[in-house]
Amino acid sequence: MKRVYVNEEWCLGCRLCEYNCAFANSGLGDMVLALKDRKIFPRIHVEGNDSITFAVSCRHCTDPICQKSCIAGAISKADGVVRIDRSKCVGCLTCVLVCPYGALSPGEDGIMQKCELCLENACGAPACVTGCPNKAIVYEERSDPE
Amino acid sequence: MKHYVIIGNGTAAVGCIEGIRSVSADGGITVISAENHPVYSRPLISYYLEGKTDLEKMRYRGEGFYEINGCRVIYGRKAVSVNTSGRTVILDDGSSVPYDSLCVAAGSRPFVPPFPGLETVGKKFGFMTMDDALELEKALSEDARVLIVGAGLIGLKCAEGICGRVGSITVCDLADRVLSSILDADCAAIVQDHLEKNGISFLLGDSVDKFCESKAYMKSGKQIDFDVLVLAVGVRANTELVKEAGGKVNRGIIINCRAETDLEDIYAAGDCTEGYDASTGTNRVLAILPNAYMQGYTAGVNMAGGCSVHDRAIPMNSIGFFGLHMMTAGSYEGEMTEEKIPAGIKRLFIKDGILKGFILVGACERAGIYTSLIRDRTPLDTIDLELTKKVATNLIFSQESRRKKFGGIV
Repeated sequence: MKRVYVNEEWCLGCRLCEYNCAFANSGLGDMVLALKDRKIFPRIHVEGNDSITFAVSCRHCTDPICQKSCIAGAISKADGVVRIDRSKCVGCLTCVLVCPYGALSPGEDGIMQKCELCLENACGAPACVTGCPNKAIVYEERSDPE
Repeated sequence: MKHYVIIGNGTAAVGCIEGIRSVSADGGITVISAENHPVYSRPLISYYLEGKTDLEKMRYRGEGFYEINGCRVIYGRKAVSVNTSGRTVILDDGSSVPYDSLCVAAGSRPFVPPFPGLETVGKKFGFMTMDDALELEKALSEDARVLIVGAGLIGLKCAEGICGRVGSITVCDLADRVLSSILDADCAAIVQDHLEKNGISFLLGDSVDKFCESKAYMKSGKQIDFDVLVLAVGVRANTELVKEAGGKVNRGIIINCRAETDLEDIYAAGDCTEGYDASTGTNRVLAILPNAYMQGYTAGVNMAGGCSVHDRAIPMNSIGFFGLHMMTAGSYEGEMTEEKIPAGIKRLFIKDGILKGFILVGACERAGIYTSLIRDRTPLDTIDLELTKKVATNLIFSQESRRKKFGGIV
Protein backbone atom coordinates (compact mmCIF):
# COMPACT_ATOMS: atom_id res chain seq x y z
CA MET A 1 0.00 0.00 0.00
CA LYS A 2 0.98 3.62 -0.38
CA ARG A 3 2.31 5.32 2.71
CA VAL A 4 3.71 8.72 3.63
CA TYR A 5 7.53 8.74 3.74
CA VAL A 6 9.84 11.47 4.87
CA ASN A 7 13.32 12.37 3.72
CA GLU A 8 14.83 14.67 6.33
CA GLU A 9 17.68 15.76 4.05
CA TRP A 10 15.15 17.59 1.90
CA CYS A 11 13.00 19.01 4.68
CA LEU A 12 13.19 22.80 4.92
CA GLY A 13 11.40 22.95 8.26
CA CYS A 14 8.82 25.32 6.78
CA ARG A 15 5.94 23.59 8.55
CA LEU A 16 3.66 23.98 5.54
CA CYS A 17 2.71 20.32 6.03
CA GLU A 18 1.26 21.16 9.43
CA TYR A 19 -0.84 23.97 7.99
CA ASN A 20 -2.00 21.96 5.01
CA CYS A 21 -2.95 19.10 7.30
CA ALA A 22 -4.93 21.31 9.65
CA PHE A 23 -6.69 22.93 6.70
CA ALA A 24 -7.46 19.62 4.98
CA ASN A 25 -9.05 18.28 8.14
CA SER A 26 -10.90 21.47 9.06
CA GLY A 27 -13.79 20.68 6.75
CA LEU A 28 -13.66 24.31 5.56
CA GLY A 29 -13.10 25.52 2.00
CA ASP A 30 -11.20 28.68 2.88
CA MET A 31 -7.71 28.36 4.31
CA VAL A 32 -7.78 31.82 5.90
CA LEU A 33 -11.05 31.06 7.64
CA ALA A 34 -9.73 27.70 8.79
CA LEU A 35 -6.34 28.77 10.13
CA LYS A 36 -6.03 32.52 10.66
CA ASP A 37 -5.47 33.51 14.29
CA ARG A 38 -6.11 29.97 15.45
CA LYS A 39 -3.87 27.52 17.25
CA ILE A 40 -3.65 24.60 14.86
CA PHE A 41 -3.85 20.92 15.75
CA PRO A 42 -2.31 19.12 12.78
CA ARG A 43 -1.90 15.35 12.51
CA ILE A 44 1.64 15.74 11.26
CA HIS A 45 4.30 17.71 13.11
CA VAL A 46 7.82 18.90 12.40
CA GLU A 47 10.59 18.11 14.85
CA GLY A 48 14.15 19.30 14.68
CA ASN A 49 16.86 21.69 15.71
CA ASP A 50 18.99 24.30 13.92
CA SER A 51 20.47 21.83 11.46
CA ILE A 52 17.95 18.98 11.03
CA THR A 53 14.20 19.03 10.56
CA PHE A 54 11.73 16.32 9.63
CA ALA A 55 8.00 15.70 9.65
CA VAL A 56 6.43 12.92 11.70
CA SER A 57 3.01 11.40 11.13
CA CYS A 58 1.39 8.00 11.64
CA ARG A 59 3.45 5.19 10.11
CA HIS A 60 0.39 2.98 9.63
CA CYS A 61 2.40 0.17 11.22
CA THR A 62 2.16 -3.41 10.07
CA ASP A 63 1.36 -4.36 13.67
CA PRO A 64 -0.02 -1.19 15.28
CA ILE A 65 0.51 -1.15 19.03
CA CYS A 66 -1.89 1.79 19.38
CA GLN A 67 -4.72 -0.39 18.12
CA LYS A 68 -3.88 -3.19 20.54
CA SER A 69 -3.57 -0.75 23.43
CA CYS A 70 -6.64 1.44 22.88
CA ILE A 71 -8.81 1.12 25.99
CA ALA A 72 -11.94 2.13 24.09
CA GLY A 73 -11.52 -0.11 21.06
CA ALA A 74 -11.61 3.11 19.03
CA ILE A 75 -8.60 2.37 16.81
CA SER A 76 -8.91 -0.09 13.95
CA LYS A 77 -6.98 -1.07 10.89
CA ALA A 78 -8.50 -1.86 7.51
CA ASP A 79 -6.89 -1.94 4.06
CA GLY A 80 -3.59 -1.01 5.69
CA VAL A 81 -4.91 2.25 7.12
CA VAL A 82 -4.99 2.77 10.88
CA ARG A 83 -8.07 4.81 11.76
CA ILE A 84 -9.64 6.21 14.90
CA ASP A 85 -13.33 6.45 15.68
CA ARG A 86 -13.38 9.81 17.46
CA SER A 87 -16.89 9.19 18.79
CA LYS A 88 -15.57 6.27 20.84
CA CYS A 89 -12.33 7.89 22.02
CA VAL A 90 -12.40 9.28 25.58
CA GLY A 91 -9.02 11.02 25.38
CA CYS A 92 -7.11 8.75 27.78
CA LEU A 93 -4.00 9.15 25.56
CA THR A 94 -2.87 5.53 25.95
CA CYS A 95 -2.05 5.60 22.21
CA VAL A 96 0.30 8.54 22.84
CA LEU A 97 1.92 6.49 25.62
CA VAL A 98 2.62 3.55 23.31
CA CYS A 99 3.33 5.01 19.86
CA PRO A 100 7.09 4.47 19.46
CA TYR A 101 7.29 7.21 16.83
CA GLY A 102 5.65 9.92 18.92
CA ALA A 103 3.34 10.40 15.97
CA LEU A 104 0.07 10.94 17.80
CA SER A 105 -1.37 13.97 19.55
CA PRO A 106 -4.90 14.95 20.52
CA GLY A 107 -7.12 17.45 18.76
CA GLU A 108 -8.37 20.75 20.14
CA ASP A 109 -11.12 18.98 22.10
CA GLY A 110 -8.67 16.60 23.84
CA ILE A 111 -9.99 13.70 21.81
CA MET A 112 -7.44 11.85 19.69
CA GLN A 113 -7.15 12.38 15.98
CA LYS A 114 -4.65 10.87 13.62
CA CYS A 115 -3.40 10.82 10.06
CA GLU A 116 -5.77 8.77 7.94
CA LEU A 117 -3.90 9.66 4.74
CA CYS A 118 -6.57 12.23 3.83
CA LEU A 119 -8.73 9.36 2.63
CA GLU A 120 -11.61 10.48 4.86
CA ASN A 121 -11.56 14.17 3.97
CA ALA A 122 -12.10 16.05 0.72
CA CYS A 123 -8.45 15.84 -0.39
CA GLY A 124 -8.33 12.18 -1.33
CA ALA A 125 -4.52 12.19 -1.10
CA PRO A 126 -2.30 13.40 1.75
CA ALA A 127 -2.36 17.20 1.82
CA CYS A 128 1.03 17.29 3.57
CA VAL A 129 2.56 15.62 0.52
CA THR A 130 0.76 17.70 -2.11
CA GLY A 131 1.82 20.92 -0.41
CA CYS A 132 5.43 20.06 0.42
CA PRO A 133 7.52 22.56 -1.58
CA ASN A 134 10.68 20.46 -1.60
CA LYS A 135 9.20 16.97 -1.98
CA ALA A 136 10.59 15.96 1.41
CA ILE A 137 7.32 14.16 2.06
CA VAL A 138 6.16 11.64 -0.50
CA TYR A 139 3.19 9.30 -0.81
CA GLU A 140 4.20 6.13 -2.56
CA GLU A 141 4.49 2.38 -2.59
CA ARG A 142 7.69 1.00 -1.08
CA SER A 143 8.55 -2.62 -0.55
CA ASP A 144 10.64 -3.81 2.35
CA PRO A 145 12.13 -1.79 5.18
CA GLU A 146 15.28 -0.28 3.77
CA MET B 1 -11.21 -29.38 13.51
CA LYS B 2 -10.06 -27.80 16.76
CA HIS B 3 -12.58 -26.41 19.18
CA TYR B 4 -11.45 -23.41 21.18
CA VAL B 5 -12.91 -22.34 24.50
CA ILE B 6 -12.30 -19.02 26.20
CA ILE B 7 -13.31 -18.47 29.82
CA GLY B 8 -14.07 -14.77 30.07
CA ASN B 9 -15.42 -12.18 27.67
CA GLY B 10 -13.25 -9.14 28.23
CA THR B 11 -10.31 -7.58 26.44
CA ALA B 12 -8.06 -10.64 26.74
CA ALA B 13 -10.82 -12.78 25.23
CA VAL B 14 -11.07 -10.43 22.23
CA GLY B 15 -7.30 -10.57 21.82
CA CYS B 16 -7.51 -14.36 21.90
CA ILE B 17 -10.32 -14.49 19.33
CA GLU B 18 -8.46 -12.14 16.98
CA GLY B 19 -5.24 -14.06 17.54
CA ILE B 20 -6.87 -17.36 16.65
CA ARG B 21 -8.47 -15.89 13.53
CA SER B 22 -5.21 -14.31 12.41
CA VAL B 23 -3.95 -17.85 11.96
CA SER B 24 -7.00 -19.92 11.14
CA ALA B 25 -10.59 -19.43 10.05
CA ASP B 26 -11.36 -23.03 11.00
CA GLY B 27 -12.73 -24.36 14.26
CA GLY B 28 -15.44 -23.00 16.49
CA ILE B 29 -14.82 -20.74 19.47
CA THR B 30 -16.97 -20.87 22.58
CA VAL B 31 -16.81 -17.86 24.87
CA ILE B 32 -18.05 -18.23 28.44
CA SER B 33 -19.25 -14.84 29.67
CA ALA B 34 -20.25 -14.35 33.30
CA GLU B 35 -21.54 -10.88 32.45
CA ASN B 36 -24.70 -10.48 30.39
CA HIS B 37 -23.10 -8.01 28.00
CA PRO B 38 -21.18 -8.28 24.76
CA VAL B 39 -17.59 -7.20 25.31
CA TYR B 40 -17.28 -3.58 26.42
CA SER B 41 -14.42 -1.35 27.53
CA ARG B 42 -14.22 -1.74 31.29
CA PRO B 43 -12.05 1.32 31.91
CA LEU B 44 -14.77 3.45 30.34
CA ILE B 45 -17.29 3.00 33.15
CA SER B 46 -16.13 6.20 34.83
CA TYR B 47 -16.41 8.09 31.53
CA TYR B 48 -19.93 6.72 31.21
CA LEU B 49 -20.93 8.21 34.58
CA GLU B 50 -19.24 11.45 33.56
CA GLY B 51 -21.33 11.57 30.38
CA LYS B 52 -18.34 11.29 28.05
CA THR B 53 -19.49 8.06 26.44
CA ASP B 54 -22.60 5.91 26.36
CA LEU B 55 -23.39 2.22 26.62
CA GLU B 56 -23.41 1.79 22.84
CA LYS B 57 -20.05 3.54 22.29
CA MET B 58 -18.53 1.55 25.15
CA ARG B 59 -18.75 -1.60 23.06
CA TYR B 60 -15.14 -2.69 22.53
CA ARG B 61 -15.90 -4.32 19.19
CA GLY B 62 -18.54 -3.62 16.59
CA GLU B 63 -21.88 -5.25 15.96
CA GLY B 64 -21.47 -8.74 14.54
CA PHE B 65 -18.02 -9.27 16.07
CA TYR B 66 -18.81 -12.73 17.43
CA GLU B 67 -20.65 -13.93 14.33
CA ILE B 68 -17.91 -12.75 11.97
CA ASN B 69 -15.33 -14.60 14.05
CA GLY B 70 -17.33 -17.80 14.41
CA CYS B 71 -17.89 -17.48 18.14
CA ARG B 72 -20.69 -18.81 20.28
CA VAL B 73 -21.10 -16.82 23.48
CA ILE B 74 -22.67 -18.39 26.55
CA TYR B 75 -23.93 -15.41 28.55
CA GLY B 76 -24.62 -15.32 32.27
CA ARG B 77 -22.76 -18.51 33.09
CA LYS B 78 -19.62 -18.96 35.14
CA ALA B 79 -17.01 -21.65 34.67
CA VAL B 80 -16.68 -23.50 37.99
CA SER B 81 -13.98 -26.03 37.12
CA VAL B 82 -11.74 -27.40 34.42
CA ASN B 83 -11.53 -31.16 33.92
CA THR B 84 -8.12 -31.58 32.32
CA SER B 85 -8.35 -35.35 31.74
CA GLY B 86 -11.76 -35.11 30.07
CA ARG B 87 -10.87 -31.76 28.47
CA THR B 88 -14.07 -30.05 29.50
CA VAL B 89 -15.02 -26.85 31.29
CA ILE B 90 -17.83 -27.30 33.82
CA LEU B 91 -20.29 -24.42 34.14
CA ASP B 92 -22.36 -23.30 37.11
CA ASP B 93 -25.51 -24.89 35.70
CA GLY B 94 -23.78 -28.29 35.65
CA SER B 95 -23.32 -28.36 31.89
CA SER B 96 -19.93 -29.00 30.36
CA VAL B 97 -18.16 -27.50 27.37
CA PRO B 98 -15.52 -29.63 25.63
CA TYR B 99 -12.28 -28.01 24.48
CA ASP B 100 -9.24 -28.92 22.45
CA SER B 101 -7.50 -25.71 23.41
CA LEU B 102 -8.53 -23.50 26.33
CA CYS B 103 -7.74 -19.93 27.26
CA VAL B 104 -8.48 -18.77 30.79
CA ALA B 105 -9.16 -15.04 30.60
CA ALA B 106 -11.13 -14.88 33.81
CA GLY B 107 -10.01 -11.43 34.93
CA SER B 108 -9.96 -10.25 38.50
CA ARG B 109 -12.43 -9.41 41.23
CA PRO B 110 -12.54 -6.67 43.84
CA PHE B 111 -10.71 -7.35 47.05
CA VAL B 112 -12.92 -6.36 49.97
CA PRO B 113 -11.21 -6.42 53.38
CA PRO B 114 -13.38 -7.81 56.17
CA PHE B 115 -14.49 -4.41 57.55
CA PRO B 116 -16.57 -4.88 60.70
CA GLY B 117 -20.08 -3.52 60.16
CA LEU B 118 -19.87 -3.45 56.36
CA GLU B 119 -23.08 -5.45 56.24
CA THR B 120 -24.93 -2.57 57.94
CA VAL B 121 -24.11 -0.17 55.08
CA GLY B 122 -27.08 0.32 52.78
CA LYS B 123 -25.71 1.83 49.60
CA LYS B 124 -22.36 0.19 48.88
CA PHE B 125 -20.83 -0.51 45.50
CA GLY B 126 -17.82 -1.93 43.77
CA PHE B 127 -16.47 -0.18 40.66
CA MET B 128 -15.21 -2.67 38.12
CA THR B 129 -18.02 -3.65 35.78
CA MET B 130 -20.71 -2.00 33.71
CA ASP B 131 -23.31 -3.37 36.12
CA ASP B 132 -21.40 -1.83 39.04
CA ALA B 133 -21.55 1.55 37.29
CA LEU B 134 -25.24 1.23 36.47
CA GLU B 135 -26.04 0.32 40.09
CA LEU B 136 -23.94 3.18 41.44
CA GLU B 137 -25.61 5.59 39.03
CA LYS B 138 -29.00 4.86 40.60
CA ALA B 139 -27.68 5.97 43.98
CA LEU B 140 -26.24 9.28 42.77
CA SER B 141 -27.99 12.47 43.75
CA GLU B 142 -26.84 16.06 43.90
CA ASP B 143 -26.65 16.13 47.67
CA ALA B 144 -25.19 12.65 48.19
CA ARG B 145 -22.07 12.42 50.33
CA VAL B 146 -19.82 9.77 48.82
CA LEU B 147 -17.02 7.93 50.58
CA ILE B 148 -14.59 6.10 48.33
CA VAL B 149 -12.26 3.62 50.00
CA GLY B 150 -9.14 3.44 47.86
CA ALA B 151 -7.16 6.26 46.20
CA GLY B 152 -5.88 4.11 43.37
CA LEU B 153 -6.70 4.26 39.67
CA ILE B 154 -10.18 2.80 40.12
CA GLY B 155 -11.18 4.89 43.13
CA LEU B 156 -9.97 8.17 41.66
CA LYS B 157 -11.47 7.57 38.21
CA CYS B 158 -14.73 6.85 39.99
CA ALA B 159 -14.38 10.12 41.91
CA GLU B 160 -13.84 12.09 38.71
CA GLY B 161 -16.71 10.32 36.97
CA ILE B 162 -19.33 11.11 39.60
CA CYS B 163 -17.95 14.43 40.84
CA GLY B 164 -20.47 16.55 38.95
CA ARG B 165 -23.40 14.42 40.06
CA VAL B 166 -23.00 14.29 43.85
CA GLY B 167 -22.72 16.65 46.81
CA SER B 168 -19.30 15.73 48.12
CA ILE B 169 -16.60 13.10 47.74
CA THR B 170 -14.11 11.92 50.32
CA VAL B 171 -11.44 9.42 49.37
CA CYS B 172 -9.52 7.50 52.00
CA ASP B 173 -6.55 5.20 51.62
CA LEU B 174 -4.20 3.32 53.86
CA ALA B 175 -1.33 4.61 51.72
CA ASP B 176 0.01 8.07 52.53
CA ARG B 177 -0.43 9.28 48.95
CA VAL B 178 -2.74 9.02 45.97
CA LEU B 179 -2.05 6.53 43.16
CA SER B 180 0.62 4.87 45.26
CA SER B 181 1.05 2.03 42.77
CA ILE B 182 2.19 4.35 39.97
CA LEU B 183 3.37 7.66 41.47
CA ASP B 184 6.17 8.57 43.84
CA ALA B 185 5.52 10.96 46.74
CA ASP B 186 6.38 14.22 44.95
CA CYS B 187 4.32 13.48 41.85
CA ALA B 188 1.44 12.18 43.94
CA ALA B 189 1.41 15.47 45.86
CA ILE B 190 0.97 17.43 42.61
CA VAL B 191 -1.90 15.21 41.55
CA GLN B 192 -3.55 15.28 44.97
CA ASP B 193 -3.40 19.07 45.01
CA HIS B 194 -5.08 19.17 41.61
CA LEU B 195 -7.81 16.77 42.73
CA GLU B 196 -8.43 18.81 45.88
CA LYS B 197 -8.78 21.97 43.78
CA ASN B 198 -11.49 20.12 41.92
CA GLY B 199 -13.42 19.39 45.06
CA ILE B 200 -12.22 15.95 46.15
CA SER B 201 -11.31 15.58 49.85
CA PHE B 202 -8.75 13.09 51.10
CA LEU B 203 -8.02 11.12 54.21
CA LEU B 204 -4.68 9.46 53.52
CA GLY B 205 -2.59 7.22 55.71
CA ASP B 206 -5.83 6.28 57.35
CA SER B 207 -8.18 3.35 57.05
CA VAL B 208 -11.66 2.34 58.08
CA ASP B 209 -11.82 0.65 61.45
CA LYS B 210 -15.51 -0.15 61.23
CA PHE B 211 -18.74 0.90 59.57
CA CYS B 212 -22.04 1.52 61.26
CA GLU B 213 -24.81 2.15 58.73
CA SER B 214 -23.91 5.52 57.19
CA LYS B 215 -20.90 6.31 59.34
CA ALA B 216 -17.29 5.22 58.94
CA TYR B 217 -15.08 5.14 62.01
CA MET B 218 -11.47 5.63 60.95
CA LYS B 219 -8.38 4.20 62.66
CA SER B 220 -7.26 7.81 63.31
CA GLY B 221 -10.39 8.42 65.35
CA LYS B 222 -12.07 10.53 62.68
CA GLN B 223 -15.66 9.84 61.76
CA ILE B 224 -17.13 10.27 58.29
CA ASP B 225 -20.83 10.45 57.52
CA PHE B 226 -21.76 9.28 54.06
CA ASP B 227 -24.75 8.31 51.94
CA VAL B 228 -22.96 6.24 49.32
CA LEU B 229 -19.95 3.97 49.80
CA VAL B 230 -17.67 2.86 46.96
CA LEU B 231 -15.15 0.11 47.69
CA ALA B 232 -12.09 0.35 45.47
CA VAL B 233 -9.42 -1.11 47.72
CA GLY B 234 -7.83 -3.39 45.19
CA VAL B 235 -8.33 -6.44 43.03
CA ARG B 236 -7.39 -10.10 43.16
CA ALA B 237 -6.67 -12.25 40.13
CA ASN B 238 -9.14 -15.05 39.47
CA THR B 239 -6.69 -17.95 39.67
CA GLU B 240 -8.89 -20.66 41.19
CA LEU B 241 -9.86 -22.52 37.99
CA VAL B 242 -6.25 -23.20 37.06
CA LYS B 243 -5.08 -23.75 40.63
CA GLU B 244 -7.74 -26.38 41.30
CA ALA B 245 -6.92 -28.07 38.01
CA GLY B 246 -3.35 -28.46 39.27
CA GLY B 247 -1.76 -25.54 37.44
CA LYS B 248 0.87 -23.27 38.89
CA VAL B 249 -0.37 -20.01 40.35
CA ASN B 250 1.10 -17.30 42.50
CA ARG B 251 -0.62 -13.90 42.73
CA GLY B 252 -1.84 -14.67 39.24
CA ILE B 253 -1.90 -17.71 36.99
CA ILE B 254 1.72 -18.25 35.98
CA ILE B 255 2.23 -18.04 32.23
CA ASN B 256 5.27 -17.99 29.99
CA CYS B 257 5.85 -15.57 27.11
CA ARG B 258 3.71 -17.78 24.85
CA ALA B 259 0.82 -17.29 27.33
CA GLU B 260 0.93 -20.98 28.22
CA THR B 261 0.13 -22.22 31.72
CA ASP B 262 1.91 -25.37 32.83
CA LEU B 263 -1.21 -27.41 31.99
CA GLU B 264 -1.40 -29.03 28.57
CA ASP B 265 -3.37 -27.02 26.00
CA ILE B 266 -4.39 -24.45 28.60
CA TYR B 267 -3.41 -20.85 28.06
CA ALA B 268 -4.18 -17.80 30.17
CA ALA B 269 -4.26 -14.08 29.50
CA GLY B 270 -5.16 -10.76 31.06
CA ASP B 271 -5.71 -9.64 34.64
CA CYS B 272 -5.86 -13.20 36.00
CA THR B 273 -2.25 -13.88 35.01
CA GLU B 274 1.27 -13.29 36.20
CA GLY B 275 3.63 -12.88 33.26
CA TYR B 276 7.03 -11.51 32.34
CA ASP B 277 7.73 -7.84 33.02
CA ALA B 278 10.47 -6.76 30.62
CA SER B 279 11.30 -3.69 32.72
CA THR B 280 12.32 -5.72 35.78
CA GLY B 281 13.01 -9.11 34.23
CA THR B 282 10.69 -10.75 36.73
CA ASN B 283 7.18 -12.19 36.67
CA ARG B 284 4.36 -10.04 37.97
CA VAL B 285 0.67 -9.32 37.57
CA LEU B 286 0.37 -6.63 34.90
CA ALA B 287 -3.33 -5.87 35.14
CA ILE B 288 -3.57 -3.28 32.39
CA LEU B 289 -5.71 -3.33 29.30
CA PRO B 290 -3.02 -3.26 26.57
CA ASN B 291 -1.31 -6.21 28.21
CA ALA B 292 -4.59 -8.14 28.39
CA TYR B 293 -5.13 -7.69 24.67
CA MET B 294 -1.58 -8.57 23.72
CA GLN B 295 -1.40 -11.64 25.97
CA GLY B 296 -4.77 -12.77 24.65
CA TYR B 297 -3.60 -12.28 21.08
CA THR B 298 -0.42 -14.25 21.73
CA ALA B 299 -2.45 -17.05 23.36
CA GLY B 300 -4.81 -17.14 20.39
CA VAL B 301 -2.06 -17.32 17.79
CA ASN B 302 -0.35 -20.16 19.65
CA MET B 303 -3.63 -22.01 20.29
CA ALA B 304 -4.27 -22.03 16.55
CA GLY B 305 -0.85 -23.47 15.78
CA GLY B 306 0.97 -20.23 15.01
CA CYS B 307 3.95 -18.85 16.85
CA SER B 308 3.75 -15.72 18.96
CA VAL B 309 5.87 -14.48 21.83
CA HIS B 310 4.84 -11.61 24.11
CA ASP B 311 8.05 -10.77 25.91
CA ARG B 312 8.07 -6.98 25.97
CA ALA B 313 5.25 -6.29 28.40
CA ILE B 314 5.86 -3.54 30.93
CA PRO B 315 3.63 -1.81 33.44
CA MET B 316 2.34 1.43 31.94
CA ASN B 317 -0.54 3.79 32.51
CA SER B 318 -1.94 6.87 30.86
CA ILE B 319 -4.56 8.59 32.92
CA GLY B 320 -5.97 12.04 33.46
CA PHE B 321 -8.05 13.75 36.11
CA PHE B 322 -9.90 17.03 35.56
CA GLY B 323 -7.62 17.94 32.66
CA LEU B 324 -4.31 17.00 34.30
CA HIS B 325 -2.74 14.13 32.43
CA MET B 326 -0.06 11.75 33.63
CA MET B 327 1.80 8.83 32.13
CA THR B 328 3.93 6.27 33.88
CA ALA B 329 5.82 3.19 32.73
CA GLY B 330 8.35 0.60 33.80
CA SER B 331 10.00 0.45 37.19
CA TYR B 332 11.43 3.29 39.24
CA GLU B 333 14.89 1.92 39.90
CA GLY B 334 18.31 3.38 39.32
CA GLU B 335 19.31 7.00 38.94
CA MET B 336 16.52 9.54 38.67
CA THR B 337 16.71 12.56 36.38
CA GLU B 338 14.20 15.33 36.76
CA GLU B 339 13.01 18.05 34.44
CA LYS B 340 10.58 20.62 35.77
CA ILE B 341 8.59 22.48 33.17
CA PRO B 342 5.73 24.95 33.50
CA ALA B 343 3.21 22.31 32.50
CA GLY B 344 4.43 19.72 34.99
CA ILE B 345 7.21 17.36 35.92
CA LYS B 346 9.18 14.68 34.13
CA ARG B 347 11.16 11.98 35.91
CA LEU B 348 13.20 9.33 34.15
CA PHE B 349 14.80 6.34 35.86
CA ILE B 350 18.03 5.01 34.38
CA LYS B 351 19.95 1.91 35.38
CA ASP B 352 22.77 -0.03 33.69
CA GLY B 353 22.67 2.34 30.74
CA ILE B 354 19.02 1.61 30.00
CA LEU B 355 15.83 3.58 30.60
CA LYS B 356 13.89 1.61 33.21
CA GLY B 357 10.90 3.77 33.87
CA PHE B 358 9.35 7.24 33.86
CA ILE B 359 6.75 9.41 35.52
CA LEU B 360 5.32 12.28 33.50
CA VAL B 361 2.79 14.63 35.03
CA GLY B 362 1.34 17.29 32.74
CA ALA B 363 4.07 16.76 30.15
CA CYS B 364 3.08 13.77 28.09
CA GLU B 365 3.94 14.82 24.53
CA ARG B 366 5.38 11.95 22.45
CA ALA B 367 5.78 9.85 25.61
CA GLY B 368 5.68 6.72 23.46
CA ILE B 369 9.28 7.41 22.46
CA TYR B 370 10.26 6.89 26.12
CA THR B 371 8.05 3.81 26.37
CA SER B 372 9.79 2.31 23.35
CA LEU B 373 13.20 2.94 24.91
CA ILE B 374 12.11 0.83 27.90
CA ARG B 375 10.45 -1.89 25.84
CA ASP B 376 13.36 -2.11 23.38
CA ARG B 377 15.97 -1.86 26.17
CA THR B 378 17.74 0.67 23.95
CA PRO B 379 21.34 1.24 25.13
CA LEU B 380 21.34 4.92 26.06
CA ASP B 381 24.87 5.41 24.72
CA THR B 382 23.47 4.94 21.22
CA ILE B 383 21.15 7.95 21.54
CA ASP B 384 21.41 11.57 22.68
CA LEU B 385 20.86 11.01 26.39
CA GLU B 386 21.02 14.64 27.49
CA LEU B 387 18.32 15.61 25.02
CA THR B 388 16.27 12.58 26.03
CA LYS B 389 16.17 13.80 29.62
CA LYS B 390 14.68 17.08 28.47
CA VAL B 391 12.24 16.15 25.75
CA ALA B 392 10.80 13.13 23.99
CA THR B 393 11.78 13.66 20.37
CA ASN B 394 12.95 11.59 17.44
CA LEU B 395 16.02 13.85 17.35
CA ILE B 396 17.57 11.64 20.03
CA PHE B 397 18.03 8.85 17.50
CA SER B 398 20.70 8.60 14.82
CA GLN B 399 19.94 9.77 11.32
CA GLU B 400 20.16 6.17 10.11
CA SER B 401 17.63 5.06 12.70
CA ARG B 402 15.25 7.84 11.64
CA ARG B 403 15.71 6.90 7.99
CA LYS B 404 14.47 3.39 8.77
CA LYS B 405 11.55 4.66 10.83
CA PHE B 406 10.26 7.36 8.54
CA GLY B 407 11.50 6.12 5.19
CA GLY B 408 10.60 2.47 5.56
CA ILE B 409 7.74 0.16 6.40
CA VAL B 410 7.48 -0.44 10.14
